[in-house]
Amino acid sequence: MRIITIAWRNLWRKPWRTVITSGSIFFGVLLSTFMTSMQYGSYESMINNVVKFYSGYMQIFTQDYHENKTINNTFVFNDSIRQIIEDEPKLTNYTSRLEYFSLASSENLTKGSVIIGIDPKRENMVTGLKKWVEKGQYLSKDDNAVLIATDLAKYLKVGVGDTIVLYGQGYHGVLAAGIYPVKGILKFPSPELNKQFIYMPLNSCQQLFSAPNRLSSLVLMLHDNYQLPSALSHLKSKIKPPFMIRSWEELQPGLVQMIEGDKAGGLFMKSILYLIITFGILGTILMMVSERKRELGVMIAIGMQRYLLSRILFIETFFIGLLGAAAGIAASIPLTYYYYLNPMPLEGDAAKTMIDMGIEPYMYFSIQPDIYYVQAIVVFIITLFIAVYPVIKAYTLSLTSALRS
Amino acid sequence: MNVIEIKGLTKIYKTSEVIVKAVNGIDINFEEGEFTAIVGPSGSGKTTFLNMLGGLDKPTSGKVIISGIDVWKLSSRQLIDFRMNNIGFVFQSYNLIPVLTAGENVEFIMHLQGKPKKEREKRTKDLLEAVGIGNRINARPSKLSGGQQQRVAVARALASKPEFILADEPTANLDSKATNSLLELMSQMNKKYNTTFIFATHDQRVMDKAHRIVTIEDGKILSDEYFERD
Ligand SMILES: Nc1ncnc2c1ncn2[C@@H]1O[C@H](COP(=O)(O)OP(=O)(O)O)[C@@H](O)[C@H]1O
Ligand SMILES: [Mg+2]
Repeated sequence: MRIITIAWRNLWRKPWRTVITSGSIFFGVLLSTFMTSMQYGSYESMINNVVKFYSGYMQIFTQDYHENKTINNTFVFNDSIRQIIEDEPKLTNYTSRLEYFSLASSENLTKGSVIIGIDPKRENMVTGLKKWVEKGQYLSKDDNAVLIATDLAKYLKVGVGDTIVLYGQGYHGVLAAGIYPVKGILKFPSPELNKQFIYMPLNSCQQLFSAPNRLSSLVLMLHDNYQLPSALSHLKSKIKPPFMIRSWEELQPGLVQMIEGDKAGGLFMKSILYLIITFGILGTILMMVSERKRELGVMIAIGMQRYLLSRILFIETFFIGLLGAAAGIAASIPLTYYYYLNPMPLEGDAAKTMIDMGIEPYMYFSIQPDIYYVQAIVVFIITLFIAVYPVIKAYTLSLTSALRS
Repeated sequence: MNVIEIKGLTKIYKTSEVIVKAVNGIDINFEEGEFTAIVGPSGSGKTTFLNMLGGLDKPTSGKVIISGIDVWKLSSRQLIDFRMNNIGFVFQSYNLIPVLTAGENVEFIMHLQGKPKKEREKRTKDLLEAVGIGNRINARPSKLSGGQQQRVAVARALASKPEFILADEPTANLDSKATNSLLELMSQMNKKYNTTFIFATHDQRVMDKAHRIVTIEDGKILSDEYFERD
């Protein structure tokens, strides 16, 4: 008789109890996986919002620009920087930008705006800008025209084909002014972006600000956030002053903090969930051992070593955890995968706040592998912890009292 | 030859209220092939005595020497192995491991002893046939009657080829028919394998079969008598 067989049969002596105990683990794992998948999904979408819409995973600029974002602290894109970027294997793409503030006016309305000079083709590859064109057309390299964000266009009361005047300060205090036709209207999912952005081809922008060949930043893309740490440290080692490189995490410390805070909150809830489950399993195991006291005594009496007995009890506890965790993970994979493919649309107040915060009103799900295996590890640790009790019992059971029971 | 020598065996239970001398200085020897009943009223110390003799309950003082080995000088691990190889147990009830079939219950102890599979299977079959349960080899204990369960317990006790078998009120939960046939079986086994049987009992039917009756009261031997049977 292998002890594993004995343990397995013991589990099914009271099938309902095993089913209910494993079932509680099953639901705990399912709930926890679902929650985590949703959490991670929302982080991923927030990161995407920031990274893929605008900031990229990393940016290169000058140290001076980092301190003070003026047109005077821009730089000329030289070959040595280009070489470093092109040699970095993890980068999937990069684009150049010249970014500064100016006033934008239509006939009799004026508003402060962010002017972004872009390489239209590269910008589209990096941030997919083209897909936000609501009306009109996307830019091409030699255009001397602008794309204007929808809320700003509404404010200025301009449409496709109208012209706007940009004026402000250029490189080293030179006056910057120009007249540009509106080639298209951009509608971003984020209201924040819709209020202030004007895009124009890099050349026109450099002319406007009298800053030929100058850039404010280089935006670098990776396949995903997992590539970030190694690519960042590699690039940091190569990029020398006056240049510097920053990750989105460094550029958006608020977002990072928010994610960390939310993770801690989730962890707290999951801890409570698992604590409840732990006591549920513990109750079952306590009952299982106390009911079988006499039988355990007989086994030791006839010659079973206590360590073998403790192994049987350990395996029983472990099986209960394994059954529940395996079933929970097996059920949660298709469920989260479904919602990963079909994000849950949100309605009502929640959706409104999200829109206000610049987030698309969808509940996104993540299918990162650690969402699943971390649950397995947690249940495994819980079971190990609980199994301490029967193991100790096997070693300390008093034969005479067990046999007299 | 003496299989078991017992010297000054004493067990004192201390509870918060009272001190009970459950066994109070017993000296006695048992020989190979004995068929002996330890009798006495309830609470006289039979179970305590048997448990100390069987290496289950540690004496307060005194010695149990089995085949020259001072049992209570063994480490707890050695003691478990010693019980496995030298002593067969038949308890009053619920002797068997519920999740194992009759056959597996018998085989289990040989498995613990590390006997090869072939030998285990053959001996299991032989023993269950000898105790009259050959046709129920695959039945779980819950599907067997009380008498059948006790027979399987006897088969299991014999399976390890022990020096002797200790049976604490083995017939207490059986009707008279089952009691008679279990007694018949044990006496057969005693003759066939020359295995020593020591019972604790206050069942007259068991006493009638015993070759030796040791009467204890208040933890002391009151009398020790031998009888000629058939
Ligand atoms: N664990 C214990 N604690 C205290 N007293 C006990 C314990 N076990 C047995 N006794 C006492 O020891 C005496 C002998 O008990 P026992 O050996 O069970 O007798 P018998 O088997 O002859 O009925 C009784 O008075 C009983 O109450
Ligand atoms: Mg008793």
